Amino acid sequence: MNKRTCLYDRHVALGALVQPFGGFDMPIQYSSIIEEHNAVRQHCGVFDVSHMGETFISGEDAERFVNHIFTNDVTGAPIGQIFYGMMCYPDGGTVDDLLVYKMGEQLYFLVINAANIDKDMEWIMTSAEGFNVNIDHCSERYGQLAVQGPEAETVMEEVLQIPCKDLVFYTAKTLNVDGVEVIVSRTGYTGEDGFEIYGSHEYIVNQWDKLMESGRCKPCGLGCRDTLRFEVGLPLYGDELSQDISPVMAGFSMFCKFDKPEFIGKEALLKQKTEGVARRLRGLMLDDRAVPRHGYKVLKDGVEVGEVTTGYRLISVDQSCAVALVDSSLKLGDRVEVQIRKKTFPATIVKKKFYDKHYKK
Amino acid sequence: MTYFSESHEYVRVEGEFGYVGISDYAQKQLGNIVYVDMPDVDDDVEVGEVFGAVESVKAASDLLSPVSGTVVEVNESLEDSPELINQDANENWIIKVKLSDPSELESLMDEDTYNSKNQ
Repeated sequence: MNKRTCLYDRHVALGALVQPFGGFDMPIQYSSIIEEHNAVRQHCGVFDVSHMGETFISGEDAERFVNHIFTNDVTGAPIGQIFYGMMCYPDGGTVDDLLVYKMGEQLYFLVINAANIDKDMEWIMTSAEGFNVNIDHCSERYGQLAVQGPEAETVMEEVLQIPCKDLVFYTAKTLNVDGVEVIVSRTGYTGEDGFEIYGSHEYIVNQWDKLMESGRCKPCGLGCRDTLRFEVGLPLYGDELSQDISPVMAGFSMFCKFDKPEFIGKEALLKQKTEGVARRLRGLMLDDRAVPRHGYKVLKDGVEVGEVTTGYRLISVDQSCAVALVDSSLKLGDRVEVQIRKKTFPATIVKKKFYDKHYKK
Repeated sequence: MTYFSESHEYVRVEGEFGYVGISDYAQKQLGNIVYVDMPDVDDDVEVGEVFGAVESVKAASDLLSPVSGTVVEVNESLEDSPELINQDANENWIIKVKLSDPSELESLMDEDTYNSKNQ
């Protein structure tokens, strides 16, 4: 049986379409994906993302250990700083992509993908050998909400009474609510301004109820979470990153800090970066309305040159687009075809971002 | 008279022609429809065989023909406005077929039977 988040009963009561995702029964949509997507782009939406995994890492080697398993560089960061990056295998393949919050001197909070919790925790434990660190896996203790959209800041301040005007993009702070610690960060997965709130199940359910009662924030499911992140070029583990797709192949070298003394996968990734890779992720823009989907073949003059990782008829722009893992020889502007059922549809290679992010920095 | 298949297509029969589309129940299950992949006029369709697909934001679903025959018209308004199916699935048929074997209709469900099965 799948796990349920602390908000499961709320989703059912709202009549959400609930489907399995990452080992959880999660709301896919409440009203319609398009309505929910537009609410986040234009106003404010809230997502239950309590399925995400969390773990604290502390101890005298915490910074050195995080730098060992993480592609980005947390050295000397101020408390409250957040980093995006990956954990990689020695061969450069991706274990997971994650956020690392620096919560104190030698105290880090890692946010990992729901579907990867078991695998990641095992990887972290195994990699910790020889480091003096304490690993506190706390996924079960935390619920998480993502409040996203141009009106997110006012909704946070006025409905939830969480001061966040001064919270800088990719930073976090802790609140003490009735003796319980709550983590709030200016982060998200939609390309809009927004916040993520981590707290006890009881706290998260209370905040959700306040948001619903206010009518100022639309409940949004994982359906639009995927269309929103896709439009702005954010990857989903399992599609754009995987054991077979390294951060370099995915075009995320900027999150691999090769000037660090070491991290797992550094040598392999550096080799990929300097010598090149056979295939890399690119954007595709189709001439027609047909919808490319994960796994569909990409062809050039009838010869297979790649495979779609994610595709949609976009919602914010009237255009069918995909991200695909294709031969590195293909350049921006090159023409290819996508095999959709029995037909092929012409497409142009473009950058893998189809809509501009609207972060408040 | 309108008939329904187990796979949620309908055929509304008018004389020797049938208008084939998806049921209102099916459009609700699919959610926002963003593309309809239709056959060409003069293509033959076979009962129970794929003749196209309807795509929601999330996924593609094959369309299975409830009848055999020849496509005499496709609903061109769906090319630019596939969401018409969400607005009125019964009115917005997908293909018009010249029926080759009207006896096939006997194995389909009538509207009451279909509706009682799919609440």
